[in-house]
Amino acid sequence: MRRFDYFEPQTLDEAVALLSRYNGTANVLAGGTDLLVEIKEQIRKPDHVINIKKIPGMNRLTFDPVAGLNFGSLVTAREIETSPDVRRDYSGLAQAASEVGSIQVRNRATIVGNICRASPSADTLPPLIADGAIVTVFSEGDERRVALEDFFVGPGRTVLRPNEIVTAVELPAVTPHSASIYIKHGRRKAMELATVGVAVSLTLEGAVCRRIRIVLGAVAPTPIRAKKAEALAQGHALDEDLIEAAAQTAMDESRPISNIRGSAAYRREMVRVLTARAIRQAQECVQ
Amino acid sequence: MKQVVAVTINGEAHELAVEPYRSLLDMLRNEAGLTGTKKGCDVGDCGACTVLLNGRPVNSCLVLALEVNGGDVVTIEGIQSGPDRLHPLQENMMKFGGSQCGFCSPGIIVMAKALLDENPNPTEDEIRFALAGNICRCTGYTKIIEAVAATAKQLSSGKEITP
Repeated sequence: MRRFDYFEPQTLDEAVALLSRYNGTANVLAGGTDLLVEIKEQIRKPDHVINIKKIPGMNRLTFDPVAGLNFGSLVTAREIETSPDVRRDYSGLAQAASEVGSIQVRNRATIVGNICRASPSADTLPPLIADGAIVTVFSEGDERRVALEDFFVGPGRTVLRPNEIVTAVELPAVTPHSASIYIKHGRRKAMELATVGVAVSLTLEGAVCRRIRIVLGAVAPTPIRAKKAEALAQGHALDEDLIEAAAQTAMDESRPISNIRGSAAYRREMVRVLTARAIRQAQECVQ
Repeated sequence: MKQVVAVTINGEAHELAVEPYRSLLDMLRNEAGLTGTKKGCDVGDCGACTVLLNGRPVNSCLVLALEVNGGDVVTIEGIQSGPDRLHPLQENMMKFGGSQCGFCSPGIIVMAKALLDENPNPTEDEIRFALAGNICRCTGYTKIIEAVAATAKQLSSGKEITP
């Protein structure tokens, strides 16, 4: 591995002070499952690595039926995957977390790391956005909250400034008659990046769609909400024709590229198929 | 500059000096002399370097050595119950033909140990799910799955299972 200096700040203030001091030449280490690979492969060449694992409180995971879910930056994909609260109320997120790498990777990889890496194909991002995630961003003398759907600006690029650290993720409590689904499509079942990922978060009132979020992964420079498809479904009874129409609209909203994992045309078609499937599965889970 | 890492490896306290940019895997192999843990891909894809860190299976290639200061590591060398006694997983990997070239075996045995510690009676699907991050290029996996399933049966029934 390329040489770097290593720091273990004991507080958030210390961590952001280090980031400011080494402006642009430092990287934050949490799980390390992306960062260390990128250092080994010389994609990133930080002179300073700042391990935030010694900062107290960042590994908390709390759930409250009114306040919802709140977890710190050090909570791993495996903890989210196996948390009974997450599996019950945020099942799309639990499913997505279980599809990241292997158990060995998920025991280290953090959800916030998946967020900050900002890969267009990251599994946990579509369900987090569908469930209305908000991240807390900490910097010297300041703290701000950003809706996750406004966090990403391009592949690997976010609104995060070099001296800022994401400290927590909150998800609002789910309302009754809700369900969330994530469907990943890849070339193989495990150890795979998504060719297409579709998250649907749905609240029904009888047969009527009270609230729906459709979020697409790996088919645009960032995860995107299919807002036209959502608008089509919202407020109406979700019958087969409407589901098909919404899926078609989601397909038209996707902007995939062709790469080694699939052509743009194939990805678009899979957006249609998986969006319809995810809406149906969400419907079944509510009922 | 090297820094000292105080770590328990296979129940024994060690103090090892390593540079900050070395992985736990390199520390185990080069400083602790424990070469049972294998370096395959070195980027977290193959699972050959799997060890238990504070009881949980991780890729030791994706952990910085300095991060395990104060921690507890179990490698393949710490899996067997005594110097002359193999763990039933090791016995069964041999008996069922789950090990051919052997390079992936340490990682697979450590991962399977982690699975059985948590879930003593896994289904075949659960075994496959747990071993998804361990690549074997020889066996086609069937014999490995059989060896793990037989070990689970053996440990719960106390009876030896033969292929």
